[in-house]
Parts: sequence; structure tokens; C-alpha cells
Amino acid sequence: MSNTDRHPLFIPVILVGGLIFGFGLGYSHMARPEVVLNFLQFEDFGLVFVMFGGAAVTGVAYAVAPRLLDSAPLTGDDFERRLKSFDRNVVVGGAIFGAGWGLSGICPGAAYASFGIGNVTILWALAGMFIGAYAQGVWRSRTHDADPATAGAD
Amino acid sequence: MLTDPAALQTGLDLFPNGISRYAIGGIFVGLGAVVIYVATGISAGASTFLESTLSYVSGQSRFQRYVASRDWRLVFTFGIVAGAAVYALAFQDGGWGAYTTDVDAWRLLLGGVLVGVGTRIGKGCTSGHGVCGVGSASRTSLVGVATFLLVAIGTAQLVAALGVTP
Repeated sequence: MSNTDRHPLFIPVILVGGLIFGFGLGYSHMARPEVVLNFLQFEDFGLVFVMFGGAAVTGVAYAVAPRLLDSAPLTGDDFERRLKSFDRNVVVGGAIFGAGWGLSGICPGAAYASFGIGNVTILWALAGMFIGAYAQGVWRSRTHDADPATAGAD
Repeated sequence: MLTDPAALQTGLDLFPNGISRYAIGGIFVGLGAVVIYVATGISAGASTFLESTLSYVSGQSRFQRYVASRDWRLVFTFGIVAGAAVYALAFQDGGWGAYTTDVDAWRLLLGGVLVGVGTRIGKGCTSGHGVCGVGSASRTSLVGVATFLLVAIGTAQLVAALGVTP
């Protein structure tokens, strides 16, 4: 879909969705690394309610939306569940992410929200995330470019 | 039979700050994702923004796949920042900016690097895998969530055992 073909409400809806999403991350205190670390150290299990509360809400939408509507009104796209192919990367990447999450207490969405509540110290984590994303991008660009057979595989 | 007060206390200690802030916040997180999904069919995740935004400044081939989505991902992230700011202005004790983390800068920076590498190689983060993927009953996401949760618990416990606080 090129940008000029977009429904005029596409960007406003993305913005509203982001606003609600970010409000929830702030309200749930996920924007505070200490709260996440308290969960990981078994001192406060509240985070379970955030992740699975959120997943329960999306689960209803994933089940109901395709039955009520033929396609998404703003894009015409089919309603598909979020299904990614499974391979070794899911476990390797998940373990690296887990080490970083356990060390810092912050994940990407919560880091954006943490900046939003005025926690400027979180810029250290955001800088790290961009450095890490860039490093893996350089490495994967080289390995993919060097081996055409894997190009496009993800 | 009276309930053993000690056992009751232990149960309450699982949630020393109650559950309402977590449950209500989680419902909002889910609703934000649902608004986007129902209108557009897109399962939004937060970590793709890192690579899609790098495509503005880097010609690395890996980032080019995100050129088409990079503008709305920027808007999505701006919305997250602004939505959290609304929370802080309206509800946070002391208002906007009253809280800053005490977690050491080196933990945030080094942890951030690992988060940046891991979420992108592992095909998602706590929102993509954790909220949208689990909501989709995706086996890949369930394995991803189990992996990063277990490793994060082990890492956080190890760091605490080594005496690094916070």
C-alpha cells in the first residue's frame, strides 16, 4: 500500500491506538524498571496481569473481528492472527532479549512510555536498543547479502 | 476452621501494590492494540520501530524492508510517548517528571543493547509476542515468551544475588 492510497483515518487511528497503549503502559507502572525487576525477583507478580490482561483483550479481537467484518475497514486487508514462523532465532533472540530485560528491567514499548512520563534516565536504555538493533542489522545485512539463498528469509 | 493468617499474608504479599493498576493498565495496552488491529488488520509491536527508524539514516539492506511502514511506526511510538505523558500529567504522584529510575545507567545501556539485538532476532518483544502473539495463540510467540521470561528471571535474580541494587 503506497502512502497516497491510504485511508485518511489510517494515521489518526494509529495515533489513537498508540495513545491508549502508552497510557496503559504508564498506568500499569511498566514504564518503571524497578517494578519489572520486582516481578522478575518474585517480589510483585502484578506484571502477569498486564501481559495476560492485554493478551486476553487482543485475544477477543482476534477471535471476533474476522467474524464480524470481511476485512479491515481502513486497509481492506484480511484479519490475520499474529503468527510468525518458528525457528532457532525465536529461542536465541528470546534468550538475548531476556538477558537484557532481566538486566535493565525495560523493554521497547515500556521504554518509549518511560520517556513519556518524564524519566529522562531511560534514554540510556533507548540508546542501547538502537545500538543493538543497528548491530544486528549490519550483521544480518552482511550474512544475507553474502548468501542469496537466505535473502528474504525471516 | 480458621484460615491461617500467616498463609493469608503470604498470599497478599504476591501483590504488595494490589492488582488493579496492573489489570487496568494491561486492559488499556490491549485496547490500544485492538483499535489498530480492528481498523487496519495490523498486529502492532513496539520493537520493529527500532529498525524501521534506522532505515531513515542507514542504507543497510536489513532495514529496507521497513521503509513502507516506518512513517506509521513513528506515529505509533509518538502515541505511546504522548499517552504515557497523559497518564503522568493526570495520575502520577507528583505529576509529570516526578519519577526517574534509580537503576544504574550501565544496566540500562547494556541491557538496552541486548534488548535491541534480541527482540529483532527473536521476532518480537513483550508487545508483539507477549500481547499480540499470545492473543493469537501463536505457538512461536508462546515459546518466545517462555524463553525471554525464564532468562529474564534468571538474569534478574543473578544480578540481585551479586548485590547490584537497584
